[in-house]
Amino acid sequence: MKPFLSIENLTQRFPDGQGGTMTVFENANFRVEKGEFVCILGHSGCGKSTIMNILAGLAEPTSGVVKMDGFEVSGPSLDRGVVFQNYSLLPWLSTLKNVTFAVKARFPDWSREKVHDHAVKYLDMVGLSGDVIHRKPSQLSGGMRQRVSIARAFANHPKLLLLDEPFGALDALTRGTIQDELLKIWSGTEQTVFMITHDIDEAILLADRILLMTNGPFARVAESVEITIPRPRVRTEIIEHPNFYAIRNHLVHFLGTRSRELAGQQGGERPNRPETVRIDKTDPADDPAEGAPVLRAVNH
Amino acid sequence: MVLSLNQRAAILSLALLVVGLLVWEFSIPAQKAATELTEYERLMGLGQERAGVPPPSQVFEKAWEQLSKPFYDAGPNDKGIGIQIGYSIYRVLTGYALAAAIAIPLGFLIGMSPVAYKALNPFIQVLRPISPLAWMPLALFVIQDSEASAIFVIFICSIWPMLLNTAFGVAGVRADWVNVARTHELGSLRTAFTVILPAAAPTIVTGMRISIGIAWLVIVAAEMLVGGTGIGYYVWNEWNNLDLTSVIFSILMIGVVGMILDAAFGVLQRAVAYVE
Repeated sequence: MKPFLSIENLTQRFPDGQGGTMTVFENANFRVEKGEFVCILGHSGCGKSTIMNILAGLAEPTSGVVKMDGFEVSGPSLDRGVVFQNYSLLPWLSTLKNVTFAVKARFPDWSREKVHDHAVKYLDMVGLSGDVIHRKPSQLSGGMRQRVSIARAFANHPKLLLLDEPFGALDALTRGTIQDELLKIWSGTEQTVFMITHDIDEAILLADRILLMTNGPFARVAESVEITIPRPRVRTEIIEHPNFYAIRNHLVHFLGTRSRELAGQQGGERPNRPETVRIDKTDPADDPAEGAPVLRAVNH
Repeated sequence: MVLSLNQRAAILSLALLVVGLLVWEFSIPAQKAATELTEYERLMGLGQERAGVPPPSQVFEKAWEQLSKPFYDAGPNDKGIGIQIGYSIYRVLTGYALAAAIAIPLGFLIGMSPVAYKALNPFIQVLRPISPLAWMPLALFVIQDSEASAIFVIFICSIWPMLLNTAFGVAGVRADWVNVARTHELGSLRTAFTVILPAAAPTIVTGMRISIGIAWLVIVAAEMLVGGTGIGYYVWNEWNNLDLTSVIFSILMIGVVGMILDAAFGVLQRAVAYVE
């Protein structure tokens, strides 16, 4: 079966300012299935945001292609919604108008009332209703602004939703609340989500699968870690799950040391594909005798 | 009783005005009546009224007289202050509107295209510092109409701040907002009107406000040169009549109209302002 989103031999090089070139990542390959929630974790400078911009169509890769539903992605499209880290709300429009602006662009033949009701419905889903929706973004807190941004993206029913460190600028408590809201909205849809994050716990809570990137330059998408914790997930309950710390330790270990060791080398001609890692301590076949986390690497 | 900041400021302003007017009123030496003069003084011609700076009381009298019938028209050299100001405002707004119609679209182009910016920048830099009145002889020769030449001078002086501010504002629109437009598949025209224009509007309106100020400064000088009608011509005509009371009155009127024009753009500026 063809994957929903397929990234093939993606390479990005930038001029290094001294006449040469700097390779951010080379021959990256990975796939995202329909309805999947995929997080990508990695250190700063590994090219996560570059990948995100290429997926959004805001940047062109040096080589390689991104295919969605079998068609090559070129340029931005309403099929790929983006939530930016800095919210990117238009400050001269009210909260409601920021959402209707997007809904009008997506559904140009809708009547004014339909656009309005649709926007109000999605704002309500992120917990914004009443007078708040007539305020300007500057009169909202950071958390509320990001809620508007999420409502704007979901209201457009994109085929692929791209989240670029959406909670990076928020304090830990607000972040938790909005993560829960994101999970709530997402669970009701078949929305495919691709999200950049720095936060391991956030990734485990939200994702079906976590892609791990090594450090740049010549970064690789080294591993694809399945999150073997059943949904619906609740922040306070998942930490009790036997797989939680096994997965978490694996991720911490990767970001702490292996991301450096596994960093790619120049001239890698062969395509880089992530190894699938599945850690499941509830699976009797995998039950470790000593309790050390078992890594089962499967190449495909 | 504690007065608010505005109240205290208003009282101080009023006090300064009253003190200023009183100093002015009493520093003007009174004319001696002819009967008090010695015969020698009368022979020397001192009995005639001397031209002098009029006291504020006379200016108020003049202002009352002029403002109570601002639109009278008693021939080419005797028109009401309202008519003269009307002519000036008409010229300023015509030249200004023409300048805006060219400067704002051109500024958009320059702001959006680095090539256009680099190509047009040398011309702008040379043309901008030219005193607008320096264009007057050329304008009179080419256009052959003094009225249109005055409008042209207003056009040429108000185009630069609007052009440069529009280009600057458009070039400075945050890339994030443009990306929002791109990810929502807005066409270039819709992007220009729904994202770039509102984002750059505060800078553009600042340019427009500077331009209207300059235009009002220049119209007075331009009308002194071309003559016929307008507040600038009125000032010069009253100087030729040695009517200093009218000169002072018209100077005040120039200030008041300039203030109103500026305040109108201040309102517009507040309307398009946004907080990031």
